[in-house]
Amino acid sequence: MGFFDSLMYTITTLLKIVVVLVPLILSVAYLTLAERRVIGSMQTRVGPNRVGPFGLLQPFADVFKLLLKEVIVPTNASRFLFLTAPVLSLAPALAAWAVIPFFDGGAIADVNAGLLYVLAMTSLGVYGVIIAGWASNSKYAFLGAMRSAAQIVAYEIAMGFALIGVLMLAGSLNLGDIVRGQSGGIFHWYFVPLFPLAVVYFISGVAETNRAPFDVAEGESEIVAGFHVDYSGMAFALFFLAEYANMIMIAALTAILFLGGWMSPIDGVGDGIWWFLAKTAAVLFVFLWLRATFPRYRYDQIMRLGWKVFIPVTIVWIAVVGFAIWFEIGPWFQQRA
Amino acid sequence: MSLEIIVFYLFAAIVVFSAFRVITVNNPVFAALFLVLTFFTCSAIWMLLEAEFLAITLVLVYVGAVMVLFLFVVMMLDVNVVPLKEGFVKYLPVGLFVGVVMLIEMVFLITQRYFRDADFPPPPRMTDADFSNTEMLGRVLYRDYLFQFEIAAIILLVAIVAAIALTMRRRPDTKYQRPAQQIDIQRADRIRMVTTPNASADTARPEGGQS
Repeated sequence: MGFFDSLMYTITTLLKIVVVLVPLILSVAYLTLAERRVIGSMQTRVGPNRVGPFGLLQPFADVFKLLLKEVIVPTNASRFLFLTAPVLSLAPALAAWAVIPFFDGGAIADVNAGLLYVLAMTSLGVYGVIIAGWASNSKYAFLGAMRSAAQIVAYEIAMGFALIGVLMLAGSLNLGDIVRGQSGGIFHWYFVPLFPLAVVYFISGVAETNRAPFDVAEGESEIVAGFHVDYSGMAFALFFLAEYANMIMIAALTAILFLGGWMSPIDGVGDGIWWFLAKTAAVLFVFLWLRATFPRYRYDQIMRLGWKVFIPVTIVWIAVVGFAIWFEIGPWFQQRA
Repeated sequence: MSLEIIVFYLFAAIVVFSAFRVITVNNPVFAALFLVLTFFTCSAIWMLLEAEFLAITLVLVYVGAVMVLFLFVVMMLDVNVVPLKEGFVKYLPVGLFVGVVMLIEMVFLITQRYFRDADFPPPPRMTDADFSNTEMLGRVLYRDYLFQFEIAAIILLVAIVAAIALTMRRRPDTKYQRPAQQIDIQRADRIRMVTTPNASADTARPEGGQS
């Protein structure tokens, strides 16, 4: 590859990254608005509706407010780590998007070990949280970080096991191939044969992103705001951005792994990126719905659910899938070519 | 010098630097974080070798799980560095001795057989894009060396069980919840309906009021 080719390759890749990231960040901004409006409606309130028509300019107002605020570094905080932590939590959340296929062949990097890459990237997000908690030099922040670390490590195992079922069925780690394996209409999507794993995956995803009802890492009523209690201004906004980017990530992955990605529910009728976006939006709505519905879990109950309920369920279902593939039980487990 | 070589030397320099900082930095939390950096950069070097499965697994297992637990523990310890440094001069000769012996052993091994350039298999040919490293590794582990792999797995499992069994202590005065019993509760277990004689009918509250 000559110099010119490398340069062109770099430029096209950078353009692709911009094409993915700009809509992603806009989605994050509007997800915060959607969250407040949806939960408002569920609780018979109005939600923010003053800035712009239907409150549509509210996210920008929030962003400008946060940009103009001072970033306060507490005395005795470890300054370098304190300022690195938000970046460490946002970077993996964005990097994981590199392998997400938006439509057939529409990923920034169509790599073979895509599923593993996503798992590895999402597992890095916890560093932002624990470093923030430690560097703040505050008891509340540290407690939040500890809770979050234990929770994320626990639910990652259940999540990984749920993904093993998917890759057994698809026979590939490539996210594009996993979606292609679900072709043939809504009944071939993996949530049908892997229903318990799909449920475990989604709930673990909610726990991984520290969202309600698993938001003990923030726990406003007990430890004020958890790991980011000492953050202000843009540093705080980065944590917020990371949390919502991770939410969209989990929703997109649920859509890809269990709900057929870009496939239409009726075989061959208008497959395309709009199905992927619609499915992701639907899963995101469930995220908000959960938050409006359930009270916060107690910490020991979270651990019990992760270790004593989800992990056994996934192990049993992996065995079931293994037997089904071995005996080629139709219509889902027949060996494809 | 091709781009790959430049990238390799850059990453190698980062690995060496961060590995050195792991043992020289004062704060144990920073030491653990430098170890994380070492692992991550090693994984990048493995990626250069086109060993993508191993590289991603290194990040997933060591960076994503093991080091998190490490940090978890290190952050909770209140390590005072000054008393740790007190015996430095006293132990220096012993440390130097052990270090020098290890260095001599390593140099001896590397310059002798098995580690010369000629002893290594030829570098693998560059493979095309749809070559799956993961699949090849799976073939070797689960087909060619199945029994050895399974035996290693059993040994690990036994080690896990043993470690848990050794550290688990059930204190008799700890109170445990039994969720099954909590869910199994019937209305009759908690509520007893009694009829109290009313003094006068006027003060009786209407049915279906605020409970």
